[in-house]
Amino acid sequence: MKHTDERPSAPALPTREPVRLVDRHGRRVGHSSFTAPDPARLVELHRAMLIGRRFNQQAGTLARQGRLAVYPSSTGQEAAQVGGVLALSDRDWLFPTYRDSVALVAHGVDPVQTLTLFRGDWHCGYDPHRYRCAPQCTPLATNASHAVGLTYAARRKGRDVAALAMMGDGATSEGDAHEAYNFAAVWNTPVVFLVQNNHWAISVPLRQQTAAPTLAHKAVGYGMKGYHVDGNDAAAVHAVVSHALAEARAGGGPALVEAVTYRVDAHTNADAPQRYRDPAEVEHWKERDPLIRSERLIRDEGLIGDAEETERVLAAFGAEADGIADTVRERLAGEDELDPRSLFTDVYATVPPLLEQERAALADELREV
Amino acid sequence: MAAAPTTGVSMGEALNRALRDALAHDSDVLVYGEDVGPLGGVFRVTDGLTAEFGQERVFDSPLAEAGIVGTAIGMAMYGLRPVVELQFDAFAYPAFEQVVSHLAKMRNRTRGAVSLPVVLRVPYGGGIGGVEHHSDSSEAYYTHTPGLRVVTPGTPADAYSMLREAVECDDPVVFLEPKRRYWSRQEVELPVRTEPMAMPVVRRPGTDATLVTYGPMVETALEAAETAAAEGRSLEVVDVRQLAPLDDGVVTASVRRTGRAVVLHEASVFGGYGAELAARIGERCFHYLEAPVLRVGGLDVPYPPPKLEHHHLPDADRVLAAVDRLQWESAWVDDGEGGLPRP
Ligand SMILES: Cc1ncc(C[n+]2csc(CCOP(=O)(O)OP(=O)(O)O)c2C)c(N)n1
Repeated sequence: MKHTDERPSAPALPTREPVRLVDRHGRRVGHSSFTAPDPARLVELHRAMLIGRRFNQQAGTLARQGRLAVYPSSTGQEAAQVGGVLALSDRDWLFPTYRDSVALVAHGVDPVQTLTLFRGDWHCGYDPHRYRCAPQCTPLATNASHAVGLTYAARRKGRDVAALAMMGDGATSEGDAHEAYNFAAVWNTPVVFLVQNNHWAISVPLRQQTAAPTLAHKAVGYGMKGYHVDGNDAAAVHAVVSHALAEARAGGGPALVEAVTYRVDAHTNADAPQRYRDPAEVEHWKERDPLIRSERLIRDEGLIGDAEETERVLAAFGAEADGIADTVRERLAGEDELDPRSLFTDVYATVPPLLEQERAALADELREV
Repeated sequence: MAAAPTTGVSMGEALNRALRDALAHDSDVLVYGEDVGPLGGVFRVTDGLTAEFGQERVFDSPLAEAGIVGTAIGMAMYGLRPVVELQFDAFAYPAFEQVVSHLAKMRNRTRGAVSLPVVLRVPYGGGIGGVEHHSDSSEAYYTHTPGLRVVTPGTPADAYSMLREAVECDDPVVFLEPKRRYWSRQEVELPVRTEPMAMPVVRRPGTDATLVTYGPMVETALEAAETAAAEGRSLEVVDVRQLAPLDDGVVTASVRRTGRAVVLHEASVFGGYGAELAARIGERCFHYLEAPVLRVGGLDVPYPPPKLEHHHLPDADRVLAAVDRLQWESAWVDDGEGGLPRP
């Protein structure tokens, strides 16, 4: 192999001002590089966020009632999750974290199966191949390199598959994030890393996490494009992720999208945020709620139709979201029968002798009870 | 002592041929890692493969072990069968989280929906005069993790056959290559298929005691058995091959026949894989045993510098000394320390 010193040119630095297409009052903001999605898509984003918000609320309630073992809420982050996921095509894969249940639901995963992990029934409730969605990942940033490998494999097999790999602001400090960014850039795989900067990693604020000007700046050192986006503006997230996916697909390289948002709820229901953050900060962000702005935009611009039609459709969205939340509650009402003998079936492709013995021993214990 | 063969196939050549045949056999197989491309790997196990199969199939990746294993996981999720090389035992540690939290568990987390046919090739163990971080026996870190198959060949024929089987296997396989045996030779016609890797095999039959071992110590055990035979003691040598999940039938059957066992590995003894073997033999062969099961292994110290490593590595003499302590005179000596005469 011939060695050359030719180096690619540096990608442009991300802007310090986040890309924003709709401000917190629901007014459009012009942008030199990005345009908002069409009205139908804007309405669709709103609908998916509503479903996500109600899902978060329902799961939070179920966790408080002890019917989920734990739930990491993403209230306030719906725009970042939904905006990113709805940019995927029906061939693309999602690599989510524990925080991204709303993203899963928007991606089409059965909402009840989404909660299997948090209900404590099993580690993953859905078939990843069926939904093109990896199991929700808890070890921080370790899902990112899987997205790189999967898209690499898809390209080798001649299939046009991109991936959205999700992580939090804290996760960007992990070595696995670095390795995944680098592999993606060197191999030029179509992955968009969507970083939800919700300002907190459990109790640790962003300023103790990084000295980078923005998290999007991290991309540049890998020769990757970085985008710094208002993560509470679903239109902006959707436009930027769509653009990044299209570029990546066309061979233009992976990208890192930092969606600036805020974790309005506690880290999980087991967390005590009053110990580390000022409630005023939460109020500040609640005024920037992604749903407020999308609803205002829809009403002010009449994206659905006249006032009457708008009310009717928005009410229908609300009813749909409530219905999904109710169904989740109902379907989780009973206890699923869990067969302890299933512990042994999928450790290896076939059950090895030792596990066969342990399975028999457990079956004996069960008979004695 | 039997003279080491100088003709035939070396273990390194057998592994190289196994990779070549696997690549030729299945277009979903690919090989990558650090320096495995044009250089052919630091031990030359991938020699010539890039030339034959192209950069698309055999290539150098960025230097990042967690990334190597993580990307292999993603590839396997989409139907490839990556065979990745982690250059040395101690340099596989950065990938540990990916191995333990993802590679080992994906099938189980997804209730069988996603299998990960990934092979991690790891040259391991000492005896080659390597400076620190180049000689660890890291098998117990992996064998303690359910979901991984951990295998290690002791002969060139097994090296070929077990690597082919590992690539074909739908479980993730940690394939530990005893690096000091890369140059050991055996008269064998490749391709060859030996016993399935999940089965321990009797390498040398014997009647008086069983040496249970694997990987780099197979040769050492055979050497000890040869010497013992000359002295009138018949030692059986069992090569475990697949350390996890363990099918202990061959091991326990052998010990029940001979009534005595020495467990042998290169790794430090404390908390080592040998403790598992010894415990298992104790549980399952208690009434057949004439003596406590003894363990022989490396010292419980960090791997020593090259000039001192021979004190650490068990050799045939150390094995034979342990065999001598297996209570051959039926008189049981209460020395206050479990009844064993001191070495
Ligand atoms: C490798 C690893 N270290 C520590 C943890 C424990 N942990 C879970 S969530 C979390 C904070 C992560 O923060 P961030 O990446 O910003 O994501 P967020 O939870 O805010 O969505 C920590 C420390 C973990 N899951 N994985």
